[in-house]
Amino acid sequence: MSEDADALRARFLAELDRAETAEAVEAVRVAALGKSGAVTALLKSLGGLAPDERIRVAPVFQALRDALANAVEQKKGVLAAAALEARLAAERLDMSLPVPPEPLGSIHPISRVMDELAEIFADLGFAVAEGPEIEDDWHNFTALNIPPEHPARAMHDTFYIGGDGAGRVLRTHTSPVQIRTMTGGRPPIRIIAPGRVYRSDSDATHTPMFHQVEGLVIDRDTHMGQLRWTLETFVKAFFGVDDVVLRLRPSFFPFTEPSVEVDVGCSWEGGRLQIGGSGSWLEILGAGMVHPKVIANCGLDPAAWQGFAFGCGIDRLAMLKYGMTDLRAFFDADLRWLRHHGFGALDVPTLSGGIGA
Amino acid sequence: MKVPMSWLRRYLETAADAEAIAAALTRLGLEVEGISNPAEALRPFTIARVLTAAPHPQADRLQVLAVDTGAGEAVQVVCGAPNARAGLVGVFAPPGTHVPGSDLTLKVAAIRGVESRGMMCSARELGLGEDHEGIIALPEDAPVGVPYARWAGFDDPVIEVAVTPNRQDCMGIFGIARDLAAAGLGTLRTPQVPALEARFPCPVRVAIADADGCPAFFARALCGVRNGPSPRWLKDLLEKAGLRPVSALVDVTNYFAIGLGRPLHVYDIAKLEGGLVARRARAGETLHALNGRTYTLDETMCVIADEVAVHDIGGIMGGMASGVSEATTDVLVEAAWFNPARIGATGRALGITSDARARFERGVDPAFVGPGLEMAVAMMRALCGGEVSEAVHVGQPPALDRVIAFDPATTRRLSGLDVPAAEQRALLERLGFAVGDDWAVGVPSWRRDVEGPADLVEEVVRLVGLDRLASVPLPRAAGVARPVATPGQLLERRVRRALAARGLAEAVTWSFIAEAEAEAFGGGAHRLVNPLSAELAVMRPSLLPGLASAAARNMARGERSVRLFELGRRYLAEGERVTAGLLLAGEAAPRHWKTGKARAFDAFDAKAAVLAALAAAGAPVERLSVRQPGPAWYHPGRSAELLLGKAVLGVFGELHPARCGDLGAVAAAEVFLDVVPASRGKRTAFQPSALMPVRRDFAFLVPATLAAETLLRAVEAADRVLIAEVELFDRFTGPGVPEGQVSLAVGVTLQPRAKTLAEADLAQVSAAIEAAAAKVGAVLRG
Repeated sequence: MSEDADALRARFLAELDRAETAEAVEAVRVAALGKSGAVTALLKSLGGLAPDERIRVAPVFQALRDALANAVEQKKGVLAAAALEARLAAERLDMSLPVPPEPLGSIHPISRVMDELAEIFADLGFAVAEGPEIEDDWHNFTALNIPPEHPARAMHDTFYIGGDGAGRVLRTHTSPVQIRTMTGGRPPIRIIAPGRVYRSDSDATHTPMFHQVEGLVIDRDTHMGQLRWTLETFVKAFFGVDDVVLRLRPSFFPFTEPSVEVDVGCSWEGGRLQIGGSGSWLEILGAGMVHPKVIANCGLDPAAWQGFAFGCGIDRLAMLKYGMTDLRAFFDADLRWLRHHGFGALDVPTLSGGIGA
Repeated sequence: MKVPMSWLRRYLETAADAEAIAAALTRLGLEVEGISNPAEALRPFTIARVLTAAPHPQADRLQVLAVDTGAGEAVQVVCGAPNARAGLVGVFAPPGTHVPGSDLTLKVAAIRGVESRGMMCSARELGLGEDHEGIIALPEDAPVGVPYARWAGFDDPVIEVAVTPNRQDCMGIFGIARDLAAAGLGTLRTPQVPALEARFPCPVRVAIADADGCPAFFARALCGVRNGPSPRWLKDLLEKAGLRPVSALVDVTNYFAIGLGRPLHVYDIAKLEGGLVARRARAGETLHALNGRTYTLDETMCVIADEVAVHDIGGIMGGMASGVSEATTDVLVEAAWFNPARIGATGRALGITSDARARFERGVDPAFVGPGLEMAVAMMRALCGGEVSEAVHVGQPPALDRVIAFDPATTRRLSGLDVPAAEQRALLERLGFAVGDDWAVGVPSWRRDVEGPADLVEEVVRLVGLDRLASVPLPRAAGVARPVATPGQLLERRVRRALAARGLAEAVTWSFIAEAEAEAFGGGAHRLVNPLSAELAVMRPSLLPGLASAAARNMARGERSVRLFELGRRYLAEGERVTAGLLLAGEAAPRHWKTGKARAFDAFDAKAAVLAALAAAGAPVERLSVRQPGPAWYHPGRSAELLLGKAVLGVFGELHPARCGDLGAVAAAEVFLDVVPASRGKRTAFQPSALMPVRRDFAFLVPATLAAETLLRAVEAADRVLIAEVELFDRFTGPGVPEGQVSLAVGVTLQPRAKTLAEADLAQVSAAIEAAAAKVGAVLRG
């Protein structure tokens, strides 16, 4: 009987070896291991054998069954792998084909710089304050110690808004936010106020609308040395330059006393501006100690509270840092310009990731 | 203001050169806009003597000169000037010199075979005039070898100073000298006031009728003058300061305006009819002014007039009719004090800028009206002769009797600078302040800008120098910096980045637009009284006109797809509202091998962007409802408002073709960020169900007029517990769907929580969904 088993093994293995399709493998399996298969018949025959004989041949028959079953599975696997390989080969595509374009959005440099300012000054404890752009005369001028006859109030500088409730202007600076902050809350105060401002001016370097940021610190004993430190700290962080030298020059603004204009040391190597050193000077902002009259106009006692304010052009900061040359392009919404000078949506300025370019 | 060094030195004894003076001015707060020196270009030209002059062997008109340049050996120069001769002292230029008058650079050259190593120059070659008849001939004793420009007095740097509006005192060079002296750059020379001997009463009556505009009118007459050109030194000073010399009498008034900040006016008495009065102009009166223009005046303006006509816009500009000329013999010299505010208003109204206005507008020294008049009249008499009348003093300039109680500790408190009290006292006194023992500080008459202790601190600080100011850190709160952004600011940042991440480019456009644009987008509420142009005249009621114009410009430049957004304010009657506007024009997707033809933007592109923006803003987008149509500037059939309850959070749609010109289909939207409710930001617990969700599809026939949202909301509401999600996955009209109806296919996701759903449960939910749909007019398709 075991001779039969050897013959069957050899026969079916040979048939399996010749099988080239899944159907052929299945036919071999049915012929060997199916209900009426030859190996199944052998196993069935065990029942009729004498116990001694059964004990002897049963393992042989069972081993034959297992070997053939394994061989069938293995052959099926080989054929399936070959079939998959053939299918995949047929599915080949040209991977050099271009993908559909996805539009790239961008953040305007002004927004970027405002975010940078907020990030830097937040670290110094400054909040971001806001105020209306259509202002009344008192907040834009009077409270800031700009008297009615001051030339800044003249038609050629200020846009006036018509209609009822006369005395409304488009704010000419962000300084009225100082007034709103001081009248709206109690010191100590540390704020910056970025935003749109308007002047009746239009030429190569002026646009009738532009952006300023105002800074205000009011406390018991805030002084000009702290103003200098604040501005130095800001300029270093903003331009990402450690070797920053500031030059403070006495100047005049109606709302500060003493007043200073602040120059930053720079160089112009190869016609390109580099912040740092003290080879040349570039005027970047105006500042000073808040005028006692302004503090009093806000209902605070100038003998008890004092502090500094500063203001500078955001568009100009952006130009100095990122190298744009034409202010008017900021407001033209030319997609070529926005793509070139804009910032990615995920490019968020952070202190840990860096504020610099 | 142009300050020639030679003029400055009339008031300041100093060894400092122009660079040192400029650096000091900067430290003092007098901004230096530049230093120019006409002698720079003439640096290489030196004085030289012709030793011998011999005829040129090859040319009749040329001579061969031996020139002593003071540098040793004589230099051979070929010269064609007819006046060249032995012994002549002239101006020599060596090879390598750029000759400004002929714009060429000299080289060693052979002229007709004879070597020439330089040139003897004419005035024209030096750029000093048109004289080219011959070479410059200097006096015999002119020093050979010395730079010509220095010897001739051209070497006089001019410092251009921008005086801030508060510094009335520095509108005269003398005031600048005083600041420099106080800062330690030299010794101030104060001009002396002469004693004038009056020979007769003033022949012109002087009166004031407008004491507000002209509180003081002082005058003297000078009779029997001979008015002609000024002496060279005066002409030179004025020219270097940028003024045109006119005649001695006029030049003296300019000399006092620029030098001492004291504007004056001279009238030709022969041209006056009766006395002079300072009065308000009558509306419609005119003056033919000295600048050649005629101005029409009104009663806000202070003028000086005689019995017949106006002769002077007080403190701003005189009139042609009574101006002095070479024929003038008798003059009245006016020194007045005009109200600065009135001067400013009149100057602006008439559009006149003049040296007089610039000074009176800031306020001139009220204590120097009389002395200034005396000094000027004395100088006029010295230059033009004549006899002086008695002085007439009508009115008084408002005196500045200001005393400030000052505590020298204030300097440290405000500036952080430690300046000893004694040093502060010395500095203030050098500026002319009278510092009492009790620190009552008297303000000098020329410093009306100094009003309180803070101003005195500024005086001390600027004299000490801000370069001494040390950096002192602001006190820092313990720990890491606290977040300071407001919810509104965070919301704006998120919306900005969400839109940029969706492929839109952020734009910044003008807040003001044209009236017609505003009208087409809801109408403007705020109009500029004085717009720069009609295109920038009305505060925008919507961000869309600006974006539409920007899109049009981009399309005109060849862009095929424009995606723009802006975060800014709309200016409405009730106030300024922070808004995100977005505009999509051109191709939503370009033609492509994978997707086929190009696709234009439609309203749903805008809707998707708005929902993304609102989601980024933290609005509960799943609870928003749509109300069709949007405002009139949108396509009436393809636009809608997005509401949360009754609040309109945004509007989207295709723009009305009549409102966006040739742009083709334009999708646009505005999101009203100030209405978006603050995101609660509360995180709920994570509770995933262990059970498999079950999905069932339903196809409904609904009236074509039914909003799909109504059906979806009804289905959602059929079982608030089990139904987790409802999606509309097909919309079909055509064969099999009756006219006037549409087939909507809805996929419903059921999420069991407690137990697996049995067939009976599913049947129950399905029935509830069908019933809910039926209530809104939807019938399940068989």
